[in-house]
Amino acid sequence: MICVEGIDGSGKSTQLLLLERWLRSRGYPVHFTEWNSSRLVRRSMQRGKKKNLLTPTTFSLLHAVDFADRLTYQILPPLKAGMIVLADRYVYTAFARDVARGVHPEWVRAVYSPALRPDLTLYFRVPIDISLERLLSGRAKLKYHEAGMDVGLSTDPVESFRMFQSRVLEIYDQLTLEFGMHPIDATAEIPHQQRIIRTMVQEILRDYDRDRANGNGVPSQSR
Amino acid sequence: MASRPSRAKTWYGHGLPYIAKKRLPGHLIAIEGTDGVGRSAQIQLLRPWLELEGYAVSNTGWTRSPLLSETINEAKAGHQLTVTTFSLLYAADFADRLEHEILPALQAGFIVIADRYMYTAFARNSVMGADPQWTREVFGMALVPDLVLYLDIDVESLIPRVIMGKGMDYWESGMHLALGTDLFDSFERYQSRLIDEYRRLSSEFGFVSVDARLPIEELQGELRKHIAEYLSGANGKPRPDSADNGASTRKE
Repeated sequence: MICVEGIDGSGKSTQLLLLERWLRSRGYPVHFTEWNSSRLVRRSMQRGKKKNLLTPTTFSLLHAVDFADRLTYQILPPLKAGMIVLADRYVYTAFARDVARGVHPEWVRAVYSPALRPDLTLYFRVPIDISLERLLSGRAKLKYHEAGMDVGLSTDPVESFRMFQSRVLEIYDQLTLEFGMHPIDATAEIPHQQRIIRTMVQEILRDYDRDRANGNGVPSQSR
Repeated sequence: MASRPSRAKTWYGHGLPYIAKKRLPGHLIAIEGTDGVGRSAQIQLLRPWLELEGYAVSNTGWTRSPLLSETINEAKAGHQLTVTTFSLLYAADFADRLEHEILPALQAGFIVIADRYMYTAFARNSVMGADPQWTREVFGMALVPDLVLYLDIDVESLIPRVIMGKGMDYWESGMHLALGTDLFDSFERYQSRLIDEYRRLSSEFGFVSVDARLPIEELQGELRKHIAEYLSGANGKPRPDSADNGASTRKE
């Protein structure tokens, strides 16, 4: 179980895609899963976002439903089948974003306690200005919730993004220590980051390779 | 008549830290009880009575939030839920109603009558095998009700009521637990477990338990008596008239 974390525009999805390509090319069975992608709460999420019905707590709980659904259908079965699961965002996203929105840190940890601990979590650390630059060059407008407009810090989306995501960054930094996430300098060149990541992944796959070589389909999972 | 001192509302756990503390002069009354016990019929009768007494009333009910109700119905139809996703959907529905219905009404001084409250989730999750501690932590954002009226019934008395009412349904019979292929047997087993759990919760959380086997009018009288008692204690006002009857009440 390998996951990537970081604020929007940190480049984590790009790096995960490159990692996936590499793992597949080496013959590993890989399953990819992404934050907020289950069908179960899609309609509620859309409705809530569009009509601005979401509060920090319902925002958090809808994402928790999404996560729990994916844990059941997307994460546990492939892991039990001995596959490598790559997750674009994991529980730390909730711990950072939902707490930045104002929910209690202990509450959100309790909500996500059914989750299992990943074998490797990469945290893509990037200054706000660089992530903003990347996001604004890619598309014209920041998304409402991405900019934390619902929190009411500023009516200007860019300013709101800056303030909200700074909070998120600060919390991510604390989580890095608490949960042993591996920080990656997300301002570095893309191939350079990818080389570092592949080295780390190779390291954690040593046990996995040995298990596979011994014919054990299911490598041991650490919780 | 026991007079109850007016007390400030408390959160069950961590509450909603981002909400500024506001005065909540209203009253939160939860009606709990298993499926088919007659909660909604009783609530329908409570409202006009309270309004006649001069109280503004707001109703809220389990899975009725605009944000989640469709999703929950769809998910139930699709049979893809686990006890964890089930619980979280209920919690999301609850939080939506808490923030958009219950708290604003309490702030405006209404009596909020909740058809089921977090204890329903506690009871069901326990029966379905979820970690009870986890369920309680998830509902840490809830406000503790001022009064919980529990409509208590034994499964033998419940069965004819449900059969003569809207019939046994898949979920209320606990068919999702695969306790057996027979609907009746499953209903009996599932509801007995639920009732056991509710009774345990009743003593843990100090519900006011009312015998739901009573005829509708008598049961209504009992509920009114308890609500009137609570209100007079909370307001220091003369209690509203409650219907007179001599039916017995079991307090657990």
